[in-house]
Amino acid sequence: MSMIEIASLSLCFGTGAALNAVLHDVDLSVAEGEAFGLVGESGSGKTTVLRCLAGQYQHWTGQLQVAGQTVTRNLPLNHYRTVQMVFQDPYASLHPRYTIDAALQEPLRIHGIDGRAQKVSEILRKVGLNDSFRFRYPHQLSGGQRQRVAIARALILRPRVLLLDEPTSALDVSVQAEILNLLADLRRQEGLTYLMVTHDLAVVAHLCDRVAVMQQGRVVETLDSQLLASDGATHAYTRLLVQASRDIQGIPIAV
Amino acid sequence: MTEIKLAVQDLCVEFRNAGKTSLAVRDVSFTLGREKLAIVGESGSGKSTVGRSLLRLHPPTARVTAKTLRFADIDLLAASEKQIQAIRGARMSMIMQDPKYSLNPVVRVGEQIAEAYLAHHKVPHREARERALDMLAKVHIRDPQRVYDLYPHEVSGGMGQRIMIAMMVITDPQVIIADEPTSALDVSVRRQVLNVLEELVSERDLGLIFISHDLNLVRHFCDRVLVMYAGRVVESIAAADLDQASHPYTRGLLAALPSLDHRRATLPVLQRDPQWLNA
Repeated sequence: MSMIEIASLSLCFGTGAALNAVLHDVDLSVAEGEAFGLVGESGSGKTTVLRCLAGQYQHWTGQLQVAGQTVTRNLPLNHYRTVQMVFQDPYASLHPRYTIDAALQEPLRIHGIDGRAQKVSEILRKVGLNDSFRFRYPHQLSGGQRQRVAIARALILRPRVLLLDEPTSALDVSVQAEILNLLADLRRQEGLTYLMVTHDLAVVAHLCDRVAVMQQGRVVETLDSQLLASDGATHAYTRLLVQASRDIQGIPIAV
Repeated sequence: MTEIKLAVQDLCVEFRNAGKTSLAVRDVSFTLGREKLAIVGESGSGKSTVGRSLLRLHPPTARVTAKTLRFADIDLLAASEKQIQAIRGARMSMIMQDPKYSLNPVVRVGEQIAEAYLAHHKVPHREARERALDMLAKVHIRDPQRVYDLYPHEVSGGMGQRIMIAMMVITDPQVIIADEPTSALDVSVRRQVLNVLEELVSERDLGLIFISHDLNLVRHFCDRVLVMYAGRVVESIAAADLDQASHPYTRGLLAALPSLDHRRATLPVLQRDPQWLNA
């Protein structure tokens, strides 16, 4: 069964002469329990796809389905119990004047869920933190710890789909490894489905089963992530990305 | 190695804040010739702090000490503010991380490049403009005339970074400090920017200090690598020999990188040894 179904999704900003089409007929299908990567350079529309699914844009056209439910323009509250998002920069995505406890309790309060304190300490343990972090502020945490909190906040409503927007690009390689391991473990334990945006092909190859490559608002190729490494990509742009990420040695002057 | 452009011995940098002293850089020594030297490490390891001490860019709360801190024949510790001003941006310059934040948003980019030249040369504005246009062409910007009159928000990230490079190289410095010049850029654009740097370094006999957290990039781009941990240099190694790195920290950093070609179920996580702080 497919968990996320996207059919001819298009999105424009502006009107008249300033009309700017950001997505052109994007089709994607992500199976339940799959980790799916979206790669491409900045401006290719990868994050925009996530934002449409998360309900941050309302004026798209096309069909979106998550867990068999059609995604409507005005999303009902329970949509967010299925889909949650983790943002790129943990330095910017946590409220600086909320304690970790307050940040984690907020989604529970919005959804009218009881036993909050208990749930907060469970989720903290699940992401490799403990109760001693509950009453700290974000500035008292390292980047990796903050990203763990951001993941905990997304998971506290027990969603089935996580939208990950470059979850490790603001982190050091040593911390990136910890977060990638955590994401892999959580997916296995909870049976989560991931849709992850990144521009780092090595990260995609590590975490994802399948990858879609985007360029200028279009999906140019969808393939198994193993094929990336074994030169199985057919589209010229995908091959360019693979080459660019594999080596920076012997750089041809092709500016 | 040719003549030594920069000599640093036992550099220490302390910051004093609310009565507390924290040691950000401890006993760092290196020399720079005509080469590409990388400084790598995690955030907070002190790599940018080293770069900034060379140009005296620290706030007054910082205390910089060293046995030697020499640029060509000038003692950077003893130099007056005026002497430093004559060096900073002219003979030694620094490329910052993110062009979005480092360029002046309300001045046309060409004017900003010309301004860098005018700050150190008494020439008519027209000549500075000519030089800025030349420089834009040198960093492979296709239509310099048009780009000269753009504002920073009208150029892409890769173009912005090339403009920054043009600005720093126009005064013909001997040493360039590049502080994570490509980490805000896409992989495909990263190549362009590195090409430009590479070209300039070999054409003009520059010494380049390349501050980065990306070991893979550094491995292919630089000649020598200093690995920093908690303010110390834990290893200094030729970039080509990184695979044979002996310090467990360097090896840990290398192992933690996910790879396109070797998939592993879990990535090894760096185990930090308190011993490294004193090593």
